[in-house]
Amino acid sequence: MKRLSTFLVVMLCLGYAFFYIPILSMMFFSFNKSKLATVWGGFSFDPYVRLFKTNAVWDAAGLSLMIAVISATFATILGTMAGMALARFKRFPGRTAFSGLVTSPLIMPEVITGISLALLFIGIGYATGLMRGATTITIAHITFSMSYVAVIVQSRLASMDRSVEEAAMDLGSKPAQVLFDVTLPIIAPALVSGWLLAFTLSLDDVVITTFTNGPGSTTLPLYIFGQARLGVKPEMNALATIIVTLVGTGVAIAGILMHRAEQKRLRDERQAYAANK
Amino acid sequence: MAAVAKPAASAGPDIELPKSANWKQWLDRDAWRQIMIAVPYAWLVIFFVLPFLIVLAISFGIAQVGVPPVKWAETFPYIEWANYQLLFSKTLYIKAYWNSVQMAAIATFFTLLIGYPMALGIARSSGTMRNVLLLLVILPFWTSFLLRIYAWIGLLGNNSWFNKGLTWIVNTFFPIWGTLPKIQMMNTDFAVILGIVYSYLPFMILPLFSTLERFDPTLDEAAMDLGSKRWQVFKDITLPLSIPGIVAGAMLVFIPATGEYVIPALMGRGDTPMIGKVLVDEFFQNRSWPMASAVAVALLFVLVIPIMLYNWIESRSMQGAAK
Repeated sequence: MKRLSTFLVVMLCLGYAFFYIPILSMMFFSFNKSKLATVWGGFSFDPYVRLFKTNAVWDAAGLSLMIAVISATFATILGTMAGMALARFKRFPGRTAFSGLVTSPLIMPEVITGISLALLFIGIGYATGLMRGATTITIAHITFSMSYVAVIVQSRLASMDRSVEEAAMDLGSKPAQVLFDVTLPIIAPALVSGWLLAFTLSLDDVVITTFTNGPGSTTLPLYIFGQARLGVKPEMNALATIIVTLVGTGVAIAGILMHRAEQKRLRDERQAYAANK
Repeated sequence: MAAVAKPAASAGPDIELPKSANWKQWLDRDAWRQIMIAVPYAWLVIFFVLPFLIVLAISFGIAQVGVPPVKWAETFPYIEWANYQLLFSKTLYIKAYWNSVQMAAIATFFTLLIGYPMALGIARSSGTMRNVLLLLVILPFWTSFLLRIYAWIGLLGNNSWFNKGLTWIVNTFFPIWGTLPKIQMMNTDFAVILGIVYSYLPFMILPLFSTLERFDPTLDEAAMDLGSKRWQVFKDITLPLSIPGIVAGAMLVFIPATGEYVIPALMGRGDTPMIGKVLVDEFFQNRSWPMASAVAVALLFVLVIPIMLYNWIESRSMQGAAK
């Protein structure tokens, strides 16, 4: 492989600086002693102390985590079904419409999805008395994040070696056994990344949550959005630093583990082939 | 396939299934196939198609005071075009649509300008380096979009080190405006475009990378051996071959950016609203469901061509991957 040209190296450096300088600056200022967020007043943990005393943040965080776990789980189940249907069943009535439907929430502007769901839930509310709140937010989050899971699962299945499934069938496994004992374990990494993506998407959503929430259910992103409209505060920098650090570490660890598992799988497969020769 | 499986199954002892089959046996009888399709299908129809049909219906309604705050014309065909007429006659709406498309287009252009060399650089680096670089692009994509916008608000503000530093650089090296006390960056169109470029950059880099990664590097080498300059190789080989990635990335940025709400709400100016903000204000502040719905339907119409373009590119690349 030839060396990268100077131009590309410079562009890469500038690009990554662009990505990370704002985040690092925000993290740095989360240790600011001054109550003005942008003027440096010395190092201190005061913003964190003040953050931990703000109950509204922790109520919102609890609600958000609950919604994120539930919606990610349902989105993974529904998304896996959709992804499998698209990858494995080449012909069924309405397949084209289904495939369009699955990918649409991915690129649909959030305001459109948001107002649609808001009107649906208000309509259901008139009919049944259902109040908008955590339940409706969860349903909305499942709807947009299942598409991400479906796409991940579909592309994983498309690159999977089908002969393993065929071998299991030839050996007498029933379709359900093949599914639970062969296919799902093989695509497990895709399921994990799908779940994680659905989880972080839910934990980050402002627009659709604004449309589908009711009185008294403030999620963490809504809280942050409300605070950000008022300007930058050291406490919010501290909160952002905690979240970014947690998510960043999680993603990095997950990435490394998955990379290792993939390497191991490839090595095992090569050894198996070599042993068969 | 089935023909092969049959003899193996008949060799087993459990060929006679009992009539009262348990759920696993029921799943074996093809039903799991139907469930796999029907459940997500039904979910999407109920929570994606049906809601949009409601929006469409309400966009032809008339706002009223009461519950629900909408009614329809009393005579056939029960359709009221007034909302759409207002949409096309009032400058507020036309300006908002035009603004949104313009800002999204400019932002998409800059995303491509920054994203392309980055994607190319990642695709051309090797081994561990490539994985690390890729992880560094994916990491911001995973960390909160909202918090990354928040981080920029801190940087762009008039008293921040970034603003002061930039002001100093401009005053010292490019004193075309005389000595500036500060540069107003927050609450400008510049801030919105910067916010869009920053948040959507991974959406440009990742599809571009996956197109560029599939290239056969020997093509480049062959052209170089035949005497082409680096720039010529790029212009004649790399760029044309990467057009599907460019289109996919551009649409992934342009479509959501046009309807963006959070970035203009936090960083934009009040007097040139983008359409996402107009929609939210119509719904929550004016409480006009029909007008908000009409704005949503018209936004979808504006985006229908980019969306179709994206779907076409995606289905083509899916077929390509299957081959």
